[in-house]
Amino acid sequence: MSAPLLSVEDLHVAFDGGGGRTTQAVSGVSFAVEGGRTLGIVGESGCGKSVTSLAVMRLLPRDTARVSGRVIFEGRDLLALPERAMRDLRGNRLAMIFQEPMTSLNPSYTVGDQVGEALVRHRGLSAREVRNAAIDLLSKVRIPSPETRVDEYPHKLSGGMRQRVMIAMALACRPALLVADEPTTALDVTIQAQMLELLRQLQVETGTAIVLITHDLGVVAETCDEVAVMYAGQIVERAPVAELFSRPQHPYTVGLIGSLPRLGERRERLAAIRGSVPVLSGRTIGCRFAPRCPFAQAACTATSPDLVDQGGGHLSRCLRAPLERLVA
Amino acid sequence: MSLPLLQVENLSRHFVVRRSLLGTPLSTVKAVDGVSFEIGEGETLALVGESGCGKSTVGRLVLRLIEPTDGRVLFEGRDLAGLDAGALQAFRARAQLIFQDPYASLNPRMTVGSTLTEPLLLHTDLSAADRRGRIGELLETVGLRRDHGDRYPHEFSGGQRQRIAIARALAVEPKLIVCDEPVSALDVSIRSQVLNLLKDLQQRMGLSYLFVSHDLAVVKHIADRVAVMYLGRIVETAAADDLFREPRHPYAEALLSAIPVPQPGARGRRRLLAGDPPSPIAPPPGCHLHPRCPHAAAPCSTQVPRLVSDPAGHATACHLWQEIPRVGATAREDALPAHLTRLIGAFETTDS
Repeated sequence: MSAPLLSVEDLHVAFDGGGGRTTQAVSGVSFAVEGGRTLGIVGESGCGKSVTSLAVMRLLPRDTARVSGRVIFEGRDLLALPERAMRDLRGNRLAMIFQEPMTSLNPSYTVGDQVGEALVRHRGLSAREVRNAAIDLLSKVRIPSPETRVDEYPHKLSGGMRQRVMIAMALACRPALLVADEPTTALDVTIQAQMLELLRQLQVETGTAIVLITHDLGVVAETCDEVAVMYAGQIVERAPVAELFSRPQHPYTVGLIGSLPRLGERRERLAAIRGSVPVLSGRTIGCRFAPRCPFAQAACTATSPDLVDQGGGHLSRCLRAPLERLVA
Repeated sequence: MSLPLLQVENLSRHFVVRRSLLGTPLSTVKAVDGVSFEIGEGETLALVGESGCGKSTVGRLVLRLIEPTDGRVLFEGRDLAGLDAGALQAFRARAQLIFQDPYASLNPRMTVGSTLTEPLLLHTDLSAADRRGRIGELLETVGLRRDHGDRYPHEFSGGQRQRIAIARALAVEPKLIVCDEPVSALDVSIRSQVLNLLKDLQQRMGLSYLFVSHDLAVVKHIADRVAVMYLGRIVETAAADDLFREPRHPYAEALLSAIPVPQPGARGRRRLLAGDPPSPIAPPPGCHLHPRCPHAAAPCSTQVPRLVSDPAGHATACHLWQEIPRVGATAREDALPAHLTRLIGAFETTDS
């Protein structure tokens, strides 16, 4: 197998707060994505999934965020690149879609200007060429009457349309990697379904790899090839998607799956994970999930578990894995 | 069952969006357009639909937080429109509201204890000592500790804040609680805690819920009956199990088939609607769905379909539902593997 398109190795991100306090948002995250594949990064608020994606794009504020580790993309370490080289890549070889289509479009530029911006910057197209390319892109993301929409301003578009414009912008230069941070969270379900379908079709056409950041296990099950589950700044489990849902090997993943109301069956009570997510201050010893885990033992709070392969590329950061034996 | 707790008859609410210089309305939005339903004692009715369908407005009308343009709301058989100030005050002790955002719905400058004192001062004549006792009781009811009463909202997580909001609603021992997207702002693991709590409280106190939500999986879990709204109208209502097994209205079907299923490979044929929802200021004539509906025929663009109920109480507002080929439940979601169910069981027993 050739080298993966993107490989993130031992990524750490800490934020300096006031008064010498630091928040360790990401601790030792590693994953890889190959061309044309989709990796889901799933977790709850504050688990570090968005910070991970921003670190990959190098969009974190330089004065407060301390980033270490390696982000190897097409053979180069993005974290070591000068800013100018990074700017040549962003919007060109790697692109990002954000959650809020309302706030991530500039209200004072036309749709065409924004969709075409990357083409001007990276391809040096003329104004006429850019306009035609923008119309092309808008029709590719199924925006009706793109010839008129191209000259309109974002406020005239619905939420779903704006997200389509965001996707068109991101795909303008046919990036090798698309980082999508909760791309459908702000949308209604029927529009979300349209959008996921669209991303899937465009992926087939362009062979773009996607890193999909989401909190929604349903979206993960339907769109991803591989999944990384994050908890309190760490990846606690990584597995091919079918494996993760049928044989989860970390109690946190089990709890997440159990807490979902399912359409297929009616249960009186949902699984609840007691307590809430820990505060990400400095160094912690022991498994970060142990205080909320029904399977925790003394050893779990004494040593920090590593991410261990349970076989077949199914990694779990749990001393008690494989979990099947706990209920045998 | 005798009289339903809540009866809503042909309820409408129009908002003026633009007026002329002289104040004559130029355009209006029919946010709620002839909605009728009932909620029995101890029952949960879910109102589902997408942004702008009018579901939250219905919640507000039911509590008389806003006045209807037309139609009636009867609570325990009495028309809310006819209530005088005193009777309205008494009604407010019987019907309460929980909001979506637990960060915005609690006053950050008031301790939890004083937040919970307010409804007790308004609606009861408990002594100060009794009030303190009652507040402690309420906090324990929702799974918090008595001493949490001395803290401020910022000291709590989102899930805990929603518990406080629930305690506030329960303070006056209501019969009906309108829950407006009560778990939408919460993370999944916390969401299930709050849903379990709402179910427990209902069983213990015989509460009725009007549960307003866009999340159909949550609705399936908590609701006895479901009403699906589209652009101000109810297009289908049925027992929750019936609706999820056999949606009849093309919109209900599309809505159900759009839910992402947390099981890889379970997705059946997806029924996608074309385009975006139209502007509610100028909704299409006839059936509001017809421009996006794959089955639309001649009558759909001219005649408004009536909500017609079958003997089992499954009502559909569609001219053609009997002729449309059914796909039935759109996703085959299998039961979880046995070992996984047992693992999940370990969590349920440790619920706080």
